[in-house]
Formats: sequence, C-alpha cells, structure tokens
Amino acid sequence: MGIRTETAAPSTRSRPLLAAGLVPAAAALVLAVAASLALGTAHIPLSSVWQALTAYDPGDTQQLIIREVRVPRTVIGVLTGVALGLAGAVMQAVARNPLADPGILGVNAGAALFVVVAINSLGLDTLSGYVWFGFAGALCAFALVYGVSSLGREGATPIKLALAGAATTAALGSITSAIILTSNNAFEQYRFWQVGALTRTEDGLLVQAAPFIAAGAACALLSGRWLNTLSLGDDTARALGQRVGAVRALAACAVVLLCGTATAIAGPIAFVGLVIPHIARAFTGPDYRWILPYSALLAPTLLLTADVVGRLIARPGELQVGIVTAVIGVPPFIALVRRRRTGAL
Amino acid sequence: MSTDLQVTGSVRRARRARQRRTLAVCAGLLAAALAAFLLSLATGDKSIPLPDLLATLGGGGSRGDEFIVLELRLPRAVTAVGVGAAFGLAGAIFQSLLRNPLASPDVIGISAGASAAAVISIVLLGLSGPAVSLTALAGALTAAVLIYALAWRRGVTGYRLVLIGVGVASALTSTVSYVMTRSETMVAQQAFVWLAGSLNGRSWDQARPLLLALALLIPLTALAARALPALQLGDDTARGLGARTEPSRVALLLCAVALAGVATAAAGPVGFVAFVSAPIARGLLRRQDAALLPAALTGAVVVLLSDYIGQHLLGPHQIPVGVVTSVVGAPYLLWLLATANRVGRGG
Amino acid sequence: MTVQHTLRADALRLTYDRHEVVKGLSLDIPPGKLTMIVGPNACGKSTLLRGLARLLTPASGAVLLDGASIHSRPTREVATTLGILPQTPVAPDGITVTDLVGRGRYPHQGWFRRWSDEDERAVAEALEATDVAELADRSVDELSGGQRQRVWIAMALAQGTDLLLLDEPTTYLDITHQVEVLDLLTDLNTSAGTTVVVVLHDLNLACRYADHLVAMRDGRIVAEGPPAEVVTEQVVSDVFGLRCTLVDDPVSGTPLIVPMGRHHSAK
Repeated sequence: MGIRTETAAPSTRSRPLLAAGLVPAAAALVLAVAASLALGTAHIPLSSVWQALTAYDPGDTQQLIIREVRVPRTVIGVLTGVALGLAGAVMQAVARNPLADPGILGVNAGAALFVVVAINSLGLDTLSGYVWFGFAGALCAFALVYGVSSLGREGATPIKLALAGAATTAALGSITSAIILTSNNAFEQYRFWQVGALTRTEDGLLVQAAPFIAAGAACALLSGRWLNTLSLGDDTARALGQRVGAVRALAACAVVLLCGTATAIAGPIAFVGLVIPHIARAFTGPDYRWILPYSALLAPTLLLTADVVGRLIARPGELQVGIVTAVIGVPPFIALVRRRRTGAL
Repeated sequence: MSTDLQVTGSVRRARRARQRRTLAVCAGLLAAALAAFLLSLATGDKSIPLPDLLATLGGGGSRGDEFIVLELRLPRAVTAVGVGAAFGLAGAIFQSLLRNPLASPDVIGISAGASAAAVISIVLLGLSGPAVSLTALAGALTAAVLIYALAWRRGVTGYRLVLIGVGVASALTSTVSYVMTRSETMVAQQAFVWLAGSLNGRSWDQARPLLLALALLIPLTALAARALPALQLGDDTARGLGARTEPSRVALLLCAVALAGVATAAAGPVGFVAFVSAPIARGLLRRQDAALLPAALTGAVVVLLSDYIGQHLLGPHQIPVGVVTSVVGAPYLLWLLATANRVGRGG
Repeated sequence: MTVQHTLRADALRLTYDRHEVVKGLSLDIPPGKLTMIVGPNACGKSTLLRGLARLLTPASGAVLLDGASIHSRPTREVATTLGILPQTPVAPDGITVTDLVGRGRYPHQGWFRRWSDEDERAVAEALEATDVAELADRSVDELSGGQRQRVWIAMALAQGTDLLLLDEPTTYLDITHQVEVLDLLTDLNTSAGTTVVVVLHDLNLACRYADHLVAMRDGRIVAEGPPAEVVTEQVVSDVFGLRCTLVDDPVSGTPLIVPMGRHHSAK
C-alpha cells in the first residue's frame, strides 16, 4: 500500500484553538462536578446543596448527605479521573501502543492481588488499611512488567511491554482467584471492590491519597514534550538528544503514582485510561503537550458523569461507576476506532 | 549448473531439517501429553498402577477400577485434552492471522462473550450444567460476530479488530462484575468457579459433544489453514499469490472462534492457554511460523498438567484448572520475553 | 516461454475512498518487454500497478489478462501467470529466507499437492538468481535493506510467472544495489522472456533499463514508448514540472536527464 500512514485526526490545529478548546472541556468538568453534587438517590433541592457548601449546618440531614457523602465522592471522582486519564495517556505514549492502559499493563491486577492478600491473610477490613497494599501491588506489578520487558537487546519495546503486561495480569489475576476461591470473607469483599466505585470514603484517606496523585500528575504533565519525542521511536528520540531511559523512568514513576493510588481508592476502573487519550487525540492530534491536559480534564468528566448516571438509572440502588464507564465509554471508543484509517498512534 | 544443484540441495536440506525439528517437537509433545494423560488417569483418591490402568483401558480391569477410570477420570482427561488443543489452535490462528501476539480469544473479547452469557445464565436464570455450556457457546459466537461486524469497514484490519475486541471485552467484563455483585454469595461463587475455568466433575456429557465438535472443526481448520502462509505476508502479497484473502480470513476466524467457543463451553474460559500455547510451540520449534499443530499439542499438555497440579498438588482445595494454567503459563511467557531477544521485533 | 501473455488496461478508473486516483486510462503492456512506469509522487503509478495486479477492483473499465477480465478468472490461476511484489510487503517475525521464498510457491500447490521437487528447484533458482543463496537459513529481519529486497524479489521469482509486476523495488537501496536489482530484472526479461512491469522513482535508471516507458501525471498517461522517443525536455517539464536539459547517457546512449533547479540554467 502506498498510502501514507499518518492520516488520523487533524494533526495540526493552531495553538490558540487548542488552548481555547480547554475552556469548554473545563466547563464540562465543572458541570459534571455540579451534577455529582446535586443529583443522587436522595432528592435534595439545589438550595440545600448550595447551603451545604457555603453555610454548612451539620444538623440538617440533607446538608449532611452533601457534605459527608457527595462531596468526598465527587472529590474521589475528580482525583481518580485525573489520575486514570493521565496515566492512560502516558502509558500509551511510552508503550507506543494504543491498547496500553492500567488494566493491560498489569497494574490493576497487582493492586487487586495485594488487596486480596491483605484482606485474607492480614485480616484487614478497612479501606485505609488496605489502600497501601493496593498501591504497593501496583508498584510491584509495574516494576515486574517493566523489568521483564527491559531485558534483552532493544529494551522495553511496545510489544514486549504489552505481552509482559498481559502475562502478568493473567498470572496475578489467577493467584487472586485462587485465594478468593478458598476464602469466603475475601470473596465477599473482593467482588465488591473489583467493580470500581467512588463510594468508599473514609476519614483521612483522601488527604493521604491526594499528594501522590498531585505528584504523579505533575510528572505526567511535565513530560509531554519528551513523550512527543519518544513517540517518534527510540532511535529518533536518541538522535534528537533525548535520554530515553530517563524519560521512560519518569513516565513509569508517574504511572505508578497515578494508577496505584487511583486503583487503591476506587478499585479497578476499566476503560477510562484506555478511551480518554483516544478521544483527546481525536481533537488535538498527536501532540502529547495537549493530549495530557485534555485527558486530565476529560477523564474526570467521564467518570463523574458515569457515576451520576449510575446513581440515577438504578434507583433506589446504584450502578457502580466502573460498570457505567465501560458501558458508556465503549460506543464512542468503537466509533473512534472505526473512523481512523490505519494503525499507528 | 552445479551451483544450482548445490543450492537445490541446501534448500532441500534446510527444509528437511525443519521437518525433522517439527516432527521431533510434535513427537515430544505427544509423548508428554500421553504421559500426563496416563498420570491423570492413574492418580486420585485411589491410585491405580500402570498395568492395571492399561488393563482397564483395554477392557480387562476390575469393576471398581473400570468405574473410576472410565466414568470418572477418563472424561475429565479427555475434556482436558480437547479443551487444551482447541484453545491452543484458536490462539495460534488468531495470533498469526491478525499478526499480533496479543490477539488471543481471551484478549479480544470472545472469552468475555462466553463468560457474560454463562454468568447471566448461572446467576439470573439459575441454569447449570449443559445449559450453561450452550449459552456460553452462543455468547462466544455472538461476541465474535458483533466484533467482526463492528470492525468491518470495507474489509477488516487486524489492528481494528483487536482494538474493538478489547473494547467489547471490557464492556462485557464489567457486565459480569455487575451481575456478580447482584447475586447471592453461593451462586456468585459457582459463577466465579466457572469464570476461572474448571474441569471439576466433567463427565461424558461434556466430553462427548466436545469431541464431536472437534472431530468436525479440526479437519475444517486444516483445510482453511492452507491460505495462512500467504495471508501472513499481508493482503497485497497474499492476493498477488492468488489467495482469496477475505473468504480465507473469514473461514479461519470462524474456525478459531468455534474452537474457542466449544472449549469455553466445555470448561469455562480457561485462562491463557490460547495466549501462551503458540509462543511456547514456536519457542520449541525455534522458528516463528503459525505452528498450528504444535500449538494444539502444547495446549493439550498445558491443560492436562495444570489440571493435574490443581487437583492433586495444591492441598485440600481443588483449584480450578484455569487458575493454574495462568500461574504456570504466564511466568513461562515472561521468561521467554526476558530471554529471547528477538521476540520484541515488529509490532 | 511458450505463450506470450498479454496484459492491458481498458479505460481503467481506480478509486480510493471515492477519490479518483487513476482516471480512465488505457495501456497495453508490451509482452516480453521491460516496461517502466514513472511519474511524480501521487500521480497514481502505484495505484495503476495494483490495479493491473487485480489488487484493486476498478470503479469502471477493466484489466484484461490474455483478453479476459482479470477479475473474472480464479485468482489462483491468475497467480500462476502474474506475480506482484508490493511496495511494502510484510514479513512475519522471525521467518527464514528459504521459508519466505518458498511461500511464493503457494499458487502452485493444491489441496493434495503440497511440496514437490519442482517447488524446491524453483526456490533454489530464485535464491541463486537473486544471489541470496548463502543467506538461505538466516532470518529475514536480520538482513540489511538490500538483502531483504533481493529476498522479496526471490519470492516473486519463485512464483514462476510470465508476468512480473514490481512496485518501486529499488526504494531504500544504495546505487549499487539499485543497479543490481535492475540488472537482475533485465536478465530475467532477456533469458526467460518474462514480461516485467516496474514502477520506478529514478527517471534516469528508468530511461536506461526500460524497453517501454510510461510517464504518468494526475492519474493519466502523458507519454509512452521507447525512452529515446518519449523523453524530451518538454515531457519532463509536463510530467514532473522540472526544468532540465537532456544529454546522451555516455554508457547506454539513452536519454540522461540533467535537472536544473533554481540556481542553475542551461549554458
């Protein structure tokens, strides 16, 4: 085929247009935040919502719900959303593989395994107890995947990363299954943890988690320019004077901080990390300096919207956000994949 | 002309060497499968020594042994062989056809389709046994058709098929998770065992339809696979060589989906066998072609051994075979990745 | 060769995504000759070649092989007569040279006839002709660009067709290898009488090696014929938009194009 390979979305939009585009994206996020605060299983008038935020009266049940349930839930949504969106974009750039997301590179499976071990053998049953195990699990899994793929002559090539990630996911997932199958208690907790939800709030958890996500987000957002170079291939990146190993290490740090924390506080939420960078890319073209901020805005929007939808459609119960994100994320993702001409990021 | 003869000779020698290696690998795998097969027939609450076992298989054993071997252990072992071979073959076809080592039925959503259908039938419809198998098969086929239809745009590229498969898989997986949270613990656990992929309590009721299906599908696959060497060279070259690319590809994919579907129906989505069998077979062959037959044999060995380990070597609980296959298969793949320099090429 | 096969395009229109690339052209490929198609980037020359090789279905018009529409004949049967080497063929990871070249025998193998001495001989001859016999056991992705290109040509040769179409077979090759490949195609043409059609970037090499030159622009043929008759300063200017002067190639006597560019002018 003598056809040009890069015929994806508009690859060059002007800087002002791209910068201006961030405004509606941010506005959408603000709307999603507002919806997440205002809408829920319980009907609460907007005036109470507003009062709860500005002039809080702990005696009022409705205001209590807002302050104690919806605000933390929204904050978790924003934090995990930002984390997953950025982590997905960084992973896709580093792995040079459009399939890369925390689920595929083994990070979720690592977090899940450690959480199950914590529940099962250490008897932990509070979230703030096992959140750190989730974090450690994510770190170990990613270190394993990355370590294995870096061996050999060419280092961590995209295909090796993807293969090692899939292998690790399968292996760790199976150990998790084996533990769960032999323990009722772990099974009970795990089957609810594994769907991913924003409802697990405990005192102090957010305060503990926020700095990690902030650090990870900073690493990710700063690396945009380097990721652009890296996406041209290792050789070209080296020729352009980039220290490929250092950039990969920085990116890996960002991914572990972001994914580990997000998975630990919200459980494994599939698909946000995979689909959001593709959506961002459809608008921005292949420039990671723009893909990253767009991902950081769009991902929490998707996550909060999914969460609100989950609260509304299954009243009086709820659908966990992990389920809704997949269901509403898949159709646009498929549409995107169908629209693009050929391979390559 | 003498140089020409020399070259012809060396071409012939190279081909012969390759055939010998293939033959040796297949023979070795066959021997390993046979050994594992006999081992799983001989081991259990009552150990049966090899001579008695052979006598029983030949029709001359004691009545007790006959029941244990022919009714309890044989169907399970036969199912293991069939399931392993089917998954190995399906994975090898997907991976070489779509030119992507990630493209095994577990990754591109076919197993997820089977799982979603099975979990829904277990949890929401209260079905069990063969009814679950049938819905799982239907689920696998539906998912495959859906994915192919969504990926179709004046032809199907491997890349698009894999991406859309991953998307569909993730929607289906979250459906499974949701259904699991909506069920009683007992039922959920039953569904979870099915999801892990298990051979526990397989009788001839499961083994017989599986064998029948394979007796039909394996020859069909062999016929369809004739175009595979050409298809691997890319569509233009393949068409230039006179392969009918689209019909051949559809036929091969259909065979692979049906194989994965019947295997899933018989044992649940036994993890990783489809993914890992072909890479292992290629490692043994020391070359990188489609390796369909060796991959099928590898799959059979992996499942037999894993089931043996899960049944007898891991303490009082019977661990589902799917759990063991992943735990055994994945490190092997990681090791392959770490040692083989060239696996990382292209992608 | 006993029979001379004929290949012609008749009012052929080819489109990609409703975008018309080849705009209704007719072309007779002279049998037993070496034909080269030249033209600027995106003039439709590769598309034309793919159309001639039935890789594209015409929007209208037809490609006729031996007088019958190429699309009406079984594709395997066509493949025993006409071979094509695409511009960027895909080699499966880790495949060996012999194995790859052997895949060129695909159209000659039936359900029951898998691999014969004839296949073996064809592969050996192809390896020999392209001078890659000593690479036979190597893996294709270890080879240099020039070696790899020769291996692909060997695969096309192993197909043993009387008509061979090649899309820019000299891309990525250094000048020595370019000349080697073109010499090889000339040998094939003169010794076996194979009809060869090549899309080529290098106008000067095309002039030297072609029996028949086809110059394209915007999906149409601007000029065709023996290079010495076809190539004039006006034609080069019409086709490539390039000012040039022509001299006789001191080696072959064919036209040699000396481009001018903006900083020079003819003396």
